[in-house]
Amino acid sequence: MPTTSPDAARAETLSIAVEADVVRVRQAVRTRAAALGFSIVDQTKVVTAASELARNTLKHGGGGHCRVEPVTAGGRVGLRLVFEDQGPGIPDVRLALTDGYTTGGGMGLGLSGSRRLMTDFDLWSEVGKGTRVTVAKWK
Amino acid sequence: MAASGTTLSDIVKRHEADLLVDWVAALRAADARRDDLIRESELREQCREFLSLFGPAVAAGTDDVRTAAWDPVRELLAGISRSRAQQGFSPSEIASFVFSVKRPLFARLRQELGGDGGRLADEVMAATAALDQLGLYTTEVYQTSREDVIRRQQQEMMELSTPVVKLWDGVLALPMIGTLDSGRTQVVMESLLQRIVETGAEIAILDITGVPTVDTLVAQHLLKTVTAARLMGAECIISGIRPQIAQTIVHLGVDLQGVLTKASLADAFAVAMRRKGLRVVKDAGRGSDVGGRGLDRT
Ligand SMILES: Nc1ncnc2c1ncn2[C@@H]1O[C@H](COP(=O)(O)OP(=O)(O)OP(=O)(O)O)[C@@H](O)[C@H]1O
Ligand SMILES: [Mg+2]
Repeated sequence: MPTTSPDAARAETLSIAVEADVVRVRQAVRTRAAALGFSIVDQTKVVTAASELARNTLKHGGGGHCRVEPVTAGGRVGLRLVFEDQGPGIPDVRLALTDGYTTGGGMGLGLSGSRRLMTDFDLWSEVGKGTRVTVAKWK
Repeated sequence: MAASGTTLSDIVKRHEADLLVDWVAALRAADARRDDLIRESELREQCREFLSLFGPAVAAGTDDVRTAAWDPVRELLAGISRSRAQQGFSPSEIASFVFSVKRPLFARLRQELGGDGGRLADEVMAATAALDQLGLYTTEVYQTSREDVIRRQQQEMMELSTPVVKLWDGVLALPMIGTLDSGRTQVVMESLLQRIVETGAEIAILDITGVPTVDTLVAQHLLKTVTAARLMGAECIISGIRPQIAQTIVHLGVDLQGVLTKASLADAFAVAMRRKGLRVVKDAGRGSDVGGRGLDRT
């Protein structure tokens, strides 16, 4: 049984401004997911989704921040991640969520892949205002 | 303020010897535990040199230490700061080298100008302005020299962590370890392609056992490497795909269909040997124990 320290239950906000911040987000998310007792497979899924969304925040959103927040509901434990930026926004959200769609020479799998890797997925975006992606994984 | 500039520098010049004694004593008292880090003779020499340069710089009449008149002082402090950073001094210990001259210096000013409160205040202010800037300057130099060290280590690590190893004639392996973000992946890819050209290798094994996260960026870099290697006549095998990574890649939607993948480096090596028409056979005459000669196995 993994021990849940009081620290592990607190929300934490990390800024995403340079490439190294993506690595920091991954590390923070991995530590949290492990502390909450997620299986290795689920830890890997959450960390990979976090990596995708953090990089989108940096690359497409021009930087922003990520909130890492342990949550409980109906006796279940989960980890919620909120990625937010004040970048250009996404004109066509459905298109952005299509496998293979990219405006930046990527694989176009970050958003759609993250949706498949996580349990909950919510995407808010407004052109000229910014983008917020909220995801969660439950144990 | 030429007149007051002259006064401060005159006093420094006239009292150089006793200032030196007091200053060195103050430094020794503050850093008693640093005895091992710096020899007294060395410290004395640094203080003496500082005083001999400080006087003329003050005489130039400006207390902005970024000006050319202060070049020799800044140069001296930069050298001191860098060598102390290497010796393990903290930034505040380094800055206090400069700050600790204040007390002996102000005592001399008081002794000489005590009767003239206005001038005493002016000189103390001028000296403080210059010394404070110099103290901060040593901290800046310290910071820059630390950043240089970090940058150099990052560079070295990048090269260290991407060794291309030859497993057999025509078979290369690249055991990747750590985070594969843009900068490093570029180095990895280039060193592999370079070695493929040099050795004319036909098979290259990219082992990702030590890569903690495989996201779309890493996957894309891997696929690009495979494609580039193929163009140069080498086939790639990606090995070390752990079960959790395999599941994640599938959910992510990354298609590795066109690439030969193996669970472990050993499996990949076996494939490489087979491709080359080679087989590993057990030597019937030898035992498996180290050093055994197999003589007693008849
Ligand atoms: N935070 C964001 N701000 C603005 N546009 C975004 C943001 N996130 C995603 N997008 C848009 O959605 C597209 C799809 O994103 P997705 O992450 O799926 O692919 P990608 O980032 O282009 O490539 P990769 O597969 O490497 O992630 C992006 O190309 C971009 O146009
Ligand atoms: Mg993306």
